[in-house]
Amino acid sequence: MSALERAAPRVDAAWRVLADVLDPEVPALSVVDLGIVRGIDALDSGALEVVLTPTYSGCPATEVIEANIVAALQGAGLGPVQVRTQRAPAWTTDWISAEGRRKLRDYGIAPPGAVAEAVPIRLLRRAAVPCPRCGSAATERLSGFGATACKALYRCTACREPFEYFKPI
Amino acid sequence: MTSSIALKPNADAQYVLRLADTCLVWSHRLAEWCGHAPVLEEDIALANHALDLLGQARALLTRAGQLEGQGQDRQYSEDQLAYLRDERDFVNVTLAELPNGTNGRGDFAFTVLRNFVLSSWALLMWQHLAPSRDAELAAIAGKAVKEARYHREHAADWVIRLGDGTEESALRMQAALDRLWPYTNELFDSDEVDRAAAASGLGPDGASLREAWLADMQTVLSEARLPLPPKSAYRSEARCGRHSEHMGRLLAEMQVLQRSHPGGRW
Repeated sequence: MSALERAAPRVDAAWRVLADVLDPEVPALSVVDLGIVRGIDALDSGALEVVLTPTYSGCPATEVIEANIVAALQGAGLGPVQVRTQRAPAWTTDWISAEGRRKLRDYGIAPPGAVAEAVPIRLLRRAAVPCPRCGSAATERLSGFGATACKALYRCTACREPFEYFKPI
Repeated sequence: MTSSIALKPNADAQYVLRLADTCLVWSHRLAEWCGHAPVLEEDIALANHALDLLGQARALLTRAGQLEGQGQDRQYSEDQLAYLRDERDFVNVTLAELPNGTNGRGDFAFTVLRNFVLSSWALLMWQHLAPSRDAELAAIAGKAVKEARYHREHAADWVIRLGDGTEESALRMQAALDRLWPYTNELFDSDEVDRAAAASGLGPDGASLREAWLADMQTVLSEARLPLPPKSAYRSEARCGRHSEHMGRLLAEMQVLQRSHPGGRW
């Protein structure tokens, strides 16, 4: 049995643990759903290394997420754990899983559309963001920025409910 | 009082430090709006913009500290660089440090115009930094360029809405534009630091961004029905350490805690 094969059950177990570690700012999503866990490796030193990519440059949850991940893995007996931050390639909402998008909608946040780098945001905005509550496409943007860095504020003109939209980035 | 740190920045460190300081000081000015913006949505938007800039500044300061410490027996952290440098060692552009308004009152017209002018410039800067030979700088730019697109778009929306708004809003916007325009020259100044960066593939010479930036200004300002002010011969020089009279007060507020409670954590 190679070292890689021996490490595999520990890495698999770590992925399962992280599937229950929630994003403190959008607690509908786990850090795995969010797509910020780029890899988990068992190092020769015996430590488990988790590679994280930050969502926004100034996201104040980054440090809390790191601490929560370390605590969860150590609590599951998978330590020692170390976290490495990897900036490139930059995180994109395209990395949010299909499961994550479903959870966002259920939570009342409209999931992000596809990221189209070349299209000006002004044009993107015209693409309808369906209301996560009633499904209507008759919605309007109130503000490009919301309660957290990753969201915009919208209003549904059909059911009259305000809602948040996870911005494509 | 904790004594100030003295830097010996090489050209690479100085180049990154200029960008870092512009993000930091601009972030500080935007954060001053927190709790005071004209409407709640805008209060939130300006704070979000400030937070993105602060995150960019932190990453850039860390990188600048690493570059500055090369070949030395010490390396300054992001906090040391932000809190323990004297005014002459800050190298942001002057436009970023100007107060949000006059006589202590915030001027929303000036704020959105400055955001538009600087975001448009920052967006170009990040795009040109993405292929930098410095992998860390390239990675910071790869993230920041996505954020800057939202900043520029938001600011441009306000410039159009207020410029092409009421008689009063148009008057205030034109006055703010005329006031800040002479300071835009500095964004495209070029010295040995810029030329070395361009030659070595670290990042663009600021002067090379002017044409694309001006095209963006013309498009949006014409939609906003705001005539472009005449070209000015004025030269501000904060990016070389020679600041406006406003920088001392800004630093006093930004640095007071670390200066009076050295190493304090909370």
